[in-house]
Amino acid sequence: MPKTKKSGAEIIWECLERLGVEYVFGYPGGAILPAYDAMTRYGVHHVLVRHEQGATHMADGYARASGRVGVALATSGPGATNMVTGIATAMMDSSPIVCITGQVGSKLIGSDAFQETDITGITLPITKHNYLVTRAQDVAPSLREAFQIASSSRPGPVLVDITKDAQNGSCEFDWEAAAPQRQHFVRGPFYNKTQLAEALELINQAKRPVILAGHGIILSGSEQEVLAFAEAACTPVALTLLGIGAFPASHPLCLGMMGMHGEAWVNKAIQESDLLIALGMRFDDRVTGNLKTYAPTAKKIHIEIDRAEINKNVHVDVPLIGDLRELLPQLVPGVKRMDRSDWLSSIDKSKQDSAVRDIQSLPDDGHLYAAHVIHELWRETNGDAIIVTDVGQHQMWEAQYYRHEKPRTLITSGGLGTMGFALPAAIGAKFANPKAEVWVVAGDGGFQMTMAELATIVQEKIEIKIAIVNNGYLGMVRQWQEFFYDGRYSSTPLWSPNFQKLAEAFGIPGFTVNTRPDVIPTLRAARRQRGPALIDFQVEQEDSVFPMVPAGADLHAMIRRPNPLVERATDV
Amino acid sequence: MSDQQKLHSFVLYVENQPGVLNRVASLFRRRAYNIESLTVGHTERPGISRMTIVAGISEGAAHRVEANLYKLAPVLSVEDVTHVPIIARSLAFIKVAANDESRYRLMEIARVFRARVVDLANESLVIEITGTEDKVDALVGVLRPFGIQEMARTGQVVMSRGTKPPANGHPAGRSDLLLEEEASQSV
Ligand SMILES: Cc1ncc(C[n+]2csc(CCOP(=O)(O)OP(=O)(O)O)c2C)c(N)n1
Ligand SMILES: [Mg+2]
Repeated sequence: MPKTKKSGAEIIWECLERLGVEYVFGYPGGAILPAYDAMTRYGVHHVLVRHEQGATHMADGYARASGRVGVALATSGPGATNMVTGIATAMMDSSPIVCITGQVGSKLIGSDAFQETDITGITLPITKHNYLVTRAQDVAPSLREAFQIASSSRPGPVLVDITKDAQNGSCEFDWEAAAPQRQHFVRGPFYNKTQLAEALELINQAKRPVILAGHGIILSGSEQEVLAFAEAACTPVALTLLGIGAFPASHPLCLGMMGMHGEAWVNKAIQESDLLIALGMRFDDRVTGNLKTYAPTAKKIHIEIDRAEINKNVHVDVPLIGDLRELLPQLVPGVKRMDRSDWLSSIDKSKQDSAVRDIQSLPDDGHLYAAHVIHELWRETNGDAIIVTDVGQHQMWEAQYYRHEKPRTLITSGGLGTMGFALPAAIGAKFANPKAEVWVVAGDGGFQMTMAELATIVQEKIEIKIAIVNNGYLGMVRQWQEFFYDGRYSSTPLWSPNFQKLAEAFGIPGFTVNTRPDVIPTLRAARRQRGPALIDFQVEQEDSVFPMVPAGADLHAMIRRPNPLVERATDV
Repeated sequence: MSDQQKLHSFVLYVENQPGVLNRVASLFRRRAYNIESLTVGHTERPGISRMTIVAGISEGAAHRVEANLYKLAPVLSVEDVTHVPIIARSLAFIKVAANDESRYRLMEIARVFRARVVDLANESLVIEITGTEDKVDALVGVLRPFGIQEMARTGQVVMSRGTKPPANGHPAGRSDLLLEEEASQSV
């Protein structure tokens, strides 16, 4: 028998090692047993999760924090279906993950065998691509190509479903021969010199340009190119939620977040602009509001790697389809130095009283607001932590009050808005970046969806700090009920366990904070812990995220913070 | 999208392997676009199949479908041939009730339509016709009063006219070929 003969199960690990995989997040079961057995002979570290959804979010968090492919592993049937939410989350946010699932023996497929699920069928619309592997010799080519597809062009999740007989069977293992054959799925670039010239002409003629900076900048690692371009064109930069970190918050050209919960002056600038330069973003409905009235006077340049995003929601004048990192340097030399101080100062003026309206300016009246918690967290961590948020009001407050200077420091589920994402994704982010300070910012609702992963933190002995923004409600839904359903709080009041005691049950130091003066000392105490720590911040229950553009409304039609609070603020 | 729906024809080159049809069809299903006809067959290149899909969708949606079809790994190329000069044909078998009285008239109709009678039984006959969808429809209309017992239609196959190679035809080196051409469309 030649030395290179290996089982399909061994080939899985052989490939993962050679692909540079350090960690796999998974949960064993019958159909994946051969792979788990072979694992013990290889150097990949397996993180035992508490739910397969957690494994996918961990792989996702790992990918978002590092830019490398995250890997999740599960058994067939329920193991595989538990991954669906995490795969859809990664798909919507273009996160490169590879999910490997066991499958019943190939002869049993289609017979409703025990724990058989058509997972390639189920995940077809939520993966970039997926594979059903039924022979040992197909394991290596499928895995190698899966990694390539997941990480190339616009990244995304890929699922590889491997039958039990493919794992048990053996074949000649030939790494070289298993190299990806398909090249055609890396499409493009599609742009030409004429279009570059058209784009430059628009840029050089614009009086009121705004850059819309999206996740694509971070995915392509083109932050420096964007910075150079924005400075050359003297153009202010508005960020999408997933674009946060793509441009330094402290930069004078940085406007902050746009869209539904963007600051009023950011959306106003977009509405008044005469040129939008969209970089790696997709004009999601949460950032455009009503499409009919969106930036009515603006020409649009769209630089984006995914051709399917061009003219999807917003008609663009010049599409440039390609990698930002290659494209932007071709534009910069042609950009004319222009004095746009009028435009910049008019944006500045439109901030008006918003600083006073800001909840930060409220005197301590005995109330603890989430904004205070996030603001102090930002100050205490010097803005250097990786913050992983869940979904809801706290997510928006994080985006508003934590000022991110660097890419990959905010990890959040944007496109799918998956509650339960934060804790597992933070675990993945910590593995990707063991030296970084990693904080979970989660709501009382979403935290309870995946809090079982606290056990994973303890078993893996990793240091993650957790801030629960506990408002006693499914807050974001409550806010919509307050604004749009006459305050009928249907099923949004939320009972929670004593989170401090819960943490302690896991052996994690827990803290509870319900007054403003306690925020800083408790943050410090938690940061001093050598291991994980959890703080339950019991904040104002019926606070809302302001400003707000109601879904589908015009982007400039914002709901501002109500007056009583503003009046209290100006009393100071 | 407010623009009008019309029939769009897409020509796809795809890898001939399990599940490809499902992936392609799923893009239409997801958006609730109805596929009017779909044909798949081998090409001159081994392992590569050609699909012709006809679906009623708006112009904007057609762009989106095309761009999304492009993202499927087993899809080698996509072309929306709705606005290029093409030859389009479909084939149909139509089984019509026939008796001694009507048989001769049916054969005469077939002759006028350049169709062929390919089966003759005591109480029916089968007519085979190849032509544009319109022509097949017309024949069906004429035959209906005689009593159509069964009909099988293939749906359209199309090919662009002239010697120009199919725009996206060959996977190898195609990105160079496409660069200028595709970028100049308003995608
Ligand atoms: C899995 C899932 N289910 C439901 C929702 C709808 N949803 C969006 S925000 C939200 C409330 C979140 O409550 P909580 O976690 O307490 O955060 P808060 O808004 O109070 O900060 C809900 C239910 C969702 N985004 N994800
Ligand atoms: Mg809550």
